[in-house]
Amino acid sequence: MLTILFDGIAYGMLLFVIACGLAVTLGLMNFVNLAHGAFAMLGGYCAWLLVNFYGVPFFASLPIAFMFAAMIGLVAERTLYVHFYNRSHFEQVLFTIGLVFMTAAVVDYFMGSQQRFINLPSYLQGRFDFFGVGIGKYRLLIILICALIVIVLQVILGYTRFGSRLRAAVDDQRVASGLGINVNWIFALTFAFGCGLAGLGGALGAEILSLEPHFPLKYMIYFLIVVSVGGTSSITGPFLASLLLGIGDVAGKYYAPRFGGFVIYTIMIVVLVLRPQGLFARGTAK
Amino acid sequence: MIALETLGLEKRFGGIVPTNDVNLRVREGARHALIGPNGAGKTTLINLLTGVLKPSRGQVKLAGNDITRLKPHQRVARGIARTFQINQLFGELTPLEAIALVIGEREKLGTRFWRAFGGDEKIVTEAVALARQFGLADVLEERTSSLPYGKQRQLEIALAIAGKPRVLLLDEPAAGVPETERHEILETVAALPKDVTVLLIEHDMDIVFGFADRITVLVDGKLFVEGEPKEIENDPRVRAVYLGERTDD
Amino acid sequence: MSSEDSVREASAALKRKRAWHWLEYVFWIAAAASVFLLPSQHALLTQIAIWALFAVSLDLLLGYAGIVSLGHAAYFGFGAYVAALFAINFTGEPVTGLVVAGVAAGLLGLITSLLVLRGTDLTRIMVTIGIALVMYEIANQMSWLTGGADGLTGMPVDPVLGFFPIYFIPKNAYAYVLVVLFALFFVAKRIVHSPFGYSLRAIKGNPLRASSIGIPNNLRLIAVYTVAAAYAGIAGALLAQTTPVVSLTYIDFQRSADVLLMLIIGGTGYLYGGIVGSALFLIAQKSIGNVTPQYWEFWIGFALVVIALFARDRGVFSIIERIVNALGKRNAKP
Repeated sequence: MLTILFDGIAYGMLLFVIACGLAVTLGLMNFVNLAHGAFAMLGGYCAWLLVNFYGVPFFASLPIAFMFAAMIGLVAERTLYVHFYNRSHFEQVLFTIGLVFMTAAVVDYFMGSQQRFINLPSYLQGRFDFFGVGIGKYRLLIILICALIVIVLQVILGYTRFGSRLRAAVDDQRVASGLGINVNWIFALTFAFGCGLAGLGGALGAEILSLEPHFPLKYMIYFLIVVSVGGTSSITGPFLASLLLGIGDVAGKYYAPRFGGFVIYTIMIVVLVLRPQGLFARGTAK
Repeated sequence: MIALETLGLEKRFGGIVPTNDVNLRVREGARHALIGPNGAGKTTLINLLTGVLKPSRGQVKLAGNDITRLKPHQRVARGIARTFQINQLFGELTPLEAIALVIGEREKLGTRFWRAFGGDEKIVTEAVALARQFGLADVLEERTSSLPYGKQRQLEIALAIAGKPRVLLLDEPAAGVPETERHEILETVAALPKDVTVLLIEHDMDIVFGFADRITVLVDGKLFVEGEPKEIENDPRVRAVYLGERTDD
Repeated sequence: MSSEDSVREASAALKRKRAWHWLEYVFWIAAAASVFLLPSQHALLTQIAIWALFAVSLDLLLGYAGIVSLGHAAYFGFGAYVAALFAINFTGEPVTGLVVAGVAAGLLGLITSLLVLRGTDLTRIMVTIGIALVMYEIANQMSWLTGGADGLTGMPVDPVLGFFPIYFIPKNAYAYVLVVLFALFFVAKRIVHSPFGYSLRAIKGNPLRASSIGIPNNLRLIAVYTVAAAYAGIAGALLAQTTPVVSLTYIDFQRSADVLLMLIIGGTGYLYGGIVGSALFLIAQKSIGNVTPQYWEFWIGFALVVIALFARDRGVFSIIERIVNALGKRNAKP
């Protein structure tokens, strides 16, 4: 059972790393990016190509996947996303779903539709016994890397100038711009960073999440759950929501395979109906 | 007869108390003005009266009946209507359609789903007459969003009156209206039916003193002083509170 | 102008808005004629008519009440399953099946509408997605009833009202579907031009003011959501009655996304958008989709992006309008 808890935590942290970019985009720019999973997918495919075909070491492929996804994010933001900042959520939804379909088609065409697996280095395969609990090496790595990322994020947000500017811009865009903070630049960088993180998560977690062209659609609901249950006004909210979701999903699939997804969706609906601003958010709903 | 009153009305938002133990009484048929410096809590009070906000404590009574628990649309059915400081209109509807809609809802015909809207000649007649009264006869069939601001402001009031309310809450009716069109709004307000009780929120003292027969001053969410226009005008405490505010007229 | 004249003119203006335009007459007559004049296309036309009904039901929500739903297939699929199970277990008479499916889907809509009312647009989008996902899971898990991933087969389709056979007769099936579409469309048109329909427009346009003039927003929205769900359920039942298998694809996210896309392409808020959009979508899918499936998916995504960027409410017509305007400006330059 502890193994399930462990696996659930790994899955949850992975979801968090990918989804936190979405949380920031929603909280900062009030932008609903349903295509967020596409960046994770692109990072995953990037790593897959590098590791399986070009012999790049797994660890090296991670930062490359990050940069790759971040670059694409930056370009997409400056060329396409920027037109939708003042549009309704509905139009943003239409636009980003359109992007998902386009990316899925392109990836399917060039990469094929079957699920892809990255060749993990041998020292990451298998598990070791820790006081009777089976600890997968790969999953342990995921937890460690994700925990590191969370700490780095907290440090950036809390202790750097960029972090303060970002938090100011989230709180009140107009005032922030009035204070000389270049809000557009912050948007672009933050968006790119969020996409990069998603790409990193996609590369890191390609074994657990299934890497195939419709990944963004399949996981879209998970990321939305993380963001809507966790709220967008902090890091801890989505983090806790991701952990709960990860553990819940893994446990559900193991103990009650007939009910798995059903329970998660119902809980999401209940949370949204009772507290539209999320379980962990402070303050009022946007 | 008291048309509208509040008993110990209070609203708290965390540490902020925008409405603090307000006991307001508006007599039937009165032209009652509510004034106060910016941030005094006037609009919050209106929102409490109409049910948009729920009070933390206290009661709201309409013609002696407790309406504190009622939702906004239920209060409208009981006879209380309001206008908004910033126009809240139906951009895609024409003035004719909007006014006819209000009349239809008033007559409890809003659930009709088979009969045609505008097929009832009595409603159309009343709508046209009302539009004429508010100077909208020449723009009856234009989209509200394309109307000039002054006309929109007239429509804002017309929609509230179309409901034949017993009590009308006017939230700064002249707000944003250019100087050249102000007199139209003032005439409209002055011409409101005498059997409608009017509670007016206003900054513009000319409008207040020209219109009101009773004035309540709200400061920091609390009732500061209340009385007839002459008394308020000469009250030194009111002048002190407004010092610095009168210069912008 | 005398006041009687004004009233008469005002009444006439309101009447004009709900009157049937000559183009509408042409359209429906052409549709009826297609039963006899386009025999080779009956299968496609039947699909278009069914999806048109589905899309029109979504227009009631989106175009008139302002409710964004990304999970409308929940009611479509539910109606299909109910119709199939009813036919298998009780009677295969199609119209009875439609009524049962409509009532069932309407009830489901009524219950779920309470969940959809809360929150902002974003919350609604998520809740509607959630509801559809839950329905999908239920259909998937209850495979003893629904056939699960394999689907439900063996549904009997008796002659309509006892005398008009439609089973395996494409022409009759199309005529049947077309009649149902027209009947329900007619009703929908009455609804949107009624006082109730106008109150919906008011709620969509300015919910704050709507409640301030005495409209009970929630009750009206629950009512329209129920009707839209019933319509969708009937559309699903029609599909079940005209295809051999009812499967999970009736109720998956792709279905909800497709119908939304059809409506967006055709334009919202004038009821014909669903018909136009479904026709364009299905015809395009037939031509392009057969080349490569990825090809179709790419262009659908592209269409969505373009429409989101450039179209307002009138879908494809907004884009045409923009192009025409742009060309007009170029010609006007000296």
